[in-house]
Amino acid sequence: MVHWDATEKQTITSFWGKVDLAADGEHSLQRLLYVYPWCRRYFHKFGDLSTISAIRKNSHVRAHGHKVLSALGDCVPHLGDIKGHLAQLSKLHCETLHVDPANFCLLGNTIVVVLASHFGAKFTPEVQAAFQKLVAEVAAGLSRKYH
Amino acid sequence: MVLWDAAEKKVIASVWAKVDIEADGFQALLRTLHVYPWTKRYFSHFGAMSTLKDIESNPKVRAHGRKVMAAVGDAISHMDNIKGHLSQLSQLHSDKLHVDPANFELLGNNIVIVLAVKLGNDAFTPEVQATFQKLVAVISSALTREYH
Repeated sequence: MVHWDATEKQTITSFWGKVDLAADGEHSLQRLLYVYPWCRRYFHKFGDLSTISAIRKNSHVRAHGHKVLSALGDCVPHLGDIKGHLAQLSKLHCETLHVDPANFCLLGNTIVVVLASHFGAKFTPEVQAAFQKLVAEVAAGLSRKYH
Repeated sequence: MVLWDAAEKKVIASVWAKVDIEADGFQALLRTLHVYPWTKRYFSHFGAMSTLKDIESNPKVRAHGRKVMAAVGDAISHMDNIKGHLSQLSQLHSDKLHVDPANFELLGNNIVIVLAVKLGNDAFTPEVQATFQKLVAVISSALTREYH
């Protein structure tokens, strides 16, 4: 069970309010697919992802990035029980999508990089620590129902 | 053997020209010590580091951040043979400093984050990110190479 102190909760809630789910979601997924190219194998149905230009123009990437970041945002009101909240999504990623859970950590780190580039100097070490804790907990929640 | 294409070399040179070795090195080390607190155990001789304020005001953290970032800059000057260039430092980290090499990746990730903070989304494009993630991975691998 993960404990969040009041400062961490406040930091996450107040920063999350300023996240642009569409733009930051798109950037996160673009960067994941470009920096870690093996991730593309999960998205064959998206069409052309062979170059950064293709990834940038791909409307499925935009839509899916938005979806993924929104799902992360849905965890913010459930900080006290992220694992429980993500149980169904975890089963989906294991049983239907067959995603290697190591990739959840890669996406988490990529989201942290995107938030850093979005917020600049406001992305202080404390903010970074809170968000790295969040993405680690989300990765753990998504991995939990794997068998 | 790592191959760098002309575009990657150009990205690294142009981004590195904007790096402030002291300020950015300090940020990378302080974020590593704060976000991954077990890394403080390697620096018990630095004195007070139990809170973020202590870490931020610790002059040894600042000096060491600068030293580490300068070493990254030196590795960049020897991009075509980073493994060879870092072999002494690798031996040092293994034989004397006894650093768990998993921590090199954590520091590398924080260097990437510091660059993202500094450059913002427009300048720290996916291509720039990929190039620097490759650089920090190569440096981590080189620093690990002489471990036994």
